[in-house]
Amino acid sequence: MTPTTEDELAQMIKGANGPLRIQGGGTRPIGKSDGEILSTSALNGISLYEPGALTIVAGAGTPVAEIEETLAAENQRLAFEPMDHRPLLNTDGTPTLGGLAAANVSGPRRIAVGACRDFMLGVRFVDGSGNIIKNGGRVMKNVTGYDLVKLMAGSYGTLGVMSEVALKVLPNVETTGTLMLAGLSDEKAIAAMSKALGSPFEVTGAAHFPKGEGGAPLTILRIEGFADSVKYRANRLRATLAAFGDVDIEISEDNSRWAAVRDVTHLANQEGDVWRISSKPSAAAGLISKISPKSVQYDWGGGLMWVLVDQGRDLRASLGSFDGHATLIRGSADVPTFQPEAPALAAMTSGLRSKFDPRGILNPGMMS
Amino acid sequence: MEMPTPNAAVLSRKEQIVARLREVLPSDAVISDERETRAYECDALTAYKCPPLCAVLPANTDEVSAVMKICHDMGVPVVPRGSGTSLAGGALPTADSVILGVAKMNSVIETNYDDRYIKVQTGRTNLSVTGAVETNGFFYAPDPSSQLACAIAGNIAMNSGGAHCLKYGVTTNNLMGVTMVLMDGTVVEIGGAHLDAGGLDLLGLICGSEGQLGVVTEATLRILHKPEGARPVLMGYDDAETAGQVVTDIIKAGILPVAIEYMDRPCIEATEAFAKAGYPMCEALLIVEVEGSDAEIDAQLKLIMEIAQKHNPVELREAKDADEAGRIWLGRKSAFGAMGQINDYMCLDGTIPVSSLPFVLKRIGEMSKEFGLDVGNVFHAGDGNMHPLILFDANKPGDLELCEAFGAEILKLCVEVGGCLTGEHGVGIEKRDLMNVQYAPADLEAQMVVKDVFDPAWLLNAAKVFPLATSDQRRAA
Repeated sequence: MTPTTEDELAQMIKGANGPLRIQGGGTRPIGKSDGEILSTSALNGISLYEPGALTIVAGAGTPVAEIEETLAAENQRLAFEPMDHRPLLNTDGTPTLGGLAAANVSGPRRIAVGACRDFMLGVRFVDGSGNIIKNGGRVMKNVTGYDLVKLMAGSYGTLGVMSEVALKVLPNVETTGTLMLAGLSDEKAIAAMSKALGSPFEVTGAAHFPKGEGGAPLTILRIEGFADSVKYRANRLRATLAAFGDVDIEISEDNSRWAAVRDVTHLANQEGDVWRISSKPSAAAGLISKISPKSVQYDWGGGLMWVLVDQGRDLRASLGSFDGHATLIRGSADVPTFQPEAPALAAMTSGLRSKFDPRGILNPGMMS
Repeated sequence: MEMPTPNAAVLSRKEQIVARLREVLPSDAVISDERETRAYECDALTAYKCPPLCAVLPANTDEVSAVMKICHDMGVPVVPRGSGTSLAGGALPTADSVILGVAKMNSVIETNYDDRYIKVQTGRTNLSVTGAVETNGFFYAPDPSSQLACAIAGNIAMNSGGAHCLKYGVTTNNLMGVTMVLMDGTVVEIGGAHLDAGGLDLLGLICGSEGQLGVVTEATLRILHKPEGARPVLMGYDDAETAGQVVTDIIKAGILPVAIEYMDRPCIEATEAFAKAGYPMCEALLIVEVEGSDAEIDAQLKLIMEIAQKHNPVELREAKDADEAGRIWLGRKSAFGAMGQINDYMCLDGTIPVSSLPFVLKRIGEMSKEFGLDVGNVFHAGDGNMHPLILFDANKPGDLELCEAFGAEILKLCVEVGGCLTGEHGVGIEKRDLMNVQYAPADLEAQMVVKDVFDPAWLLNAAKVFPLATSDQRRAA
């Protein structure tokens, strides 16, 4: 089913008599889901873009690329730097705004500016009973009523099907500076990244590869802005990190190094399951040593770990209890895709699902 | 302002309720004497007052849980209270309610500079969160103007913003985890010291839910290192359109100031009489602040001054040092106090798309004449969050009602141009009956079913946010 209007979408959901599998561009098949495919791809088009107000509103099926091109023409961008899952998941298709929002997809810059959900100003969606609901709006500050925009962000289509999303956007930057440190152990690298992120120099990316180019450890830090300011801060940051060894600085207008971090291409085209683990940076190296993955990429200063492990392995058994959560992004393991919740929270979650989707037809089982 | 009729059965059982509460709290933490409960009869929306049945001041999560369980079992409404600085009546009691104040819960539980967070009890004031980390060069970014007094609990309930949120975001963007007590006493942990809590975004749902879903007792907050420096530039223009265009041009030039503040002539005049900040007398005054090293600030201010100059300012003044910066901010920071010297005032906080600024200001000016009440505008222009201050005389019969009617018209105008009723103060009781202007019945129903899940009996701060007629049946059930 491919509705072309919000009303059609509502009618289709109201009339559905079995499970629906909600799809944008189908590039992020995360989580298990059966059912008839309901695609939002035809609910597309940018309905409002005000560069002076840093606001864009578009249909859920609008391709992310179309939004990014439109913004680029006004020298603006999606600051949360959404990941393109296609290389890692080996999918094709066209990533859409709705998919982005439903999976709360962010990139390396999330540590500095916030996640996708932090940039979502408003949504329109259809709940599991076919009701059309709007929440939030298109202004940057809005505390009028409950924030169902956040609730929809990252709900993977299990509470409602988004038809329209309003986003805050930010100015593009003139220059990107990347600082590179070689040969650091995981612990040392995370200490260096914490030092950088705790400095006043506005680091917008902090990633570490235990096996970087040529198999040696590589730690990279990003600074963005006007050219002179980037040079100044990169030099100050180099001095701040002197204790961690030599720091190379690369000044460039090309962001491809960071696009690779964003899309986790480091783990693409390698056999095995891919997990995404979120924890506090200071706990990261310890967690990784517990699970001894085949490969790992640290992002967010260590707070986000992308790991490659043998197929079918239940990683949570090795991780034990920790402050954070692990999600199976690509793989065959017979385990819940998302981190099981504590009973009191699980009760809230299932309570919300039963209200928004009483028949349990929207991506049933997807987030368990 | 209509409030639900107090539950007579609850009122008649006051002694038993107080006795039960004294079983789980130290005696000085239960306030039931009618002379003392008056201290909790209102918040900063002082036009409405009602002493509660009693007030409790628990010291930790366990005590909060015990109180909630008793109130739940006995069917007693609970109204949570941070520091009572709400301008929307978010902490206004009903006569049959227990005020649950978090004031005693003000300690720092943990600070972690490597992972850049602080964990506090939520009775701690906003400014003292920064106070706990500033010797290490860090700060907590959301900065509501009441930050000296307001509690983190209230900031989370209202999703508070501040002058610097154009760059740093509001509370929801800086909140990593909470410990929360549900109405039935259940304690839940959501999120933690990691980013993007797992599962559904309950953290985002709770932030801004006006104390209707649970009582947040502990919070993990993101802290940041302070910038090397910050300096403002002041500019004055002869009309609102030009000032609005300057704001747009600055943003489109790729500069992201930490703050863009706006004051109109009535506000400038009041402020000058009060604080003598040396502001130019003009229709629109902007204060734009940027951050960084001295050289970075110079570079950004140069770009901003060029843009400002193109629009023929009546005044353009750059702060060269901290002293000049202080003088530029002096008037803005005194604005509310200055307006308060003239008369009583009501402060609104509707938000509009930045592009509608000139039109909305013009309409407010016209409405001011129609209603015969003066209004001054001081607000965060970068994000369109307005703060019209309507002056009225509380001692003059009918003036408050006239002021409220004027305020309602301004908020309807905000919604009409694509904005919202409240940008950072919250709905409370003040905007409760206007919710139908912004939301259709299905939109409100989708919000109310959330409360059904967290507080099925609608005991927690239940007379707020939703129009009474819309929520009556749920409270009665």
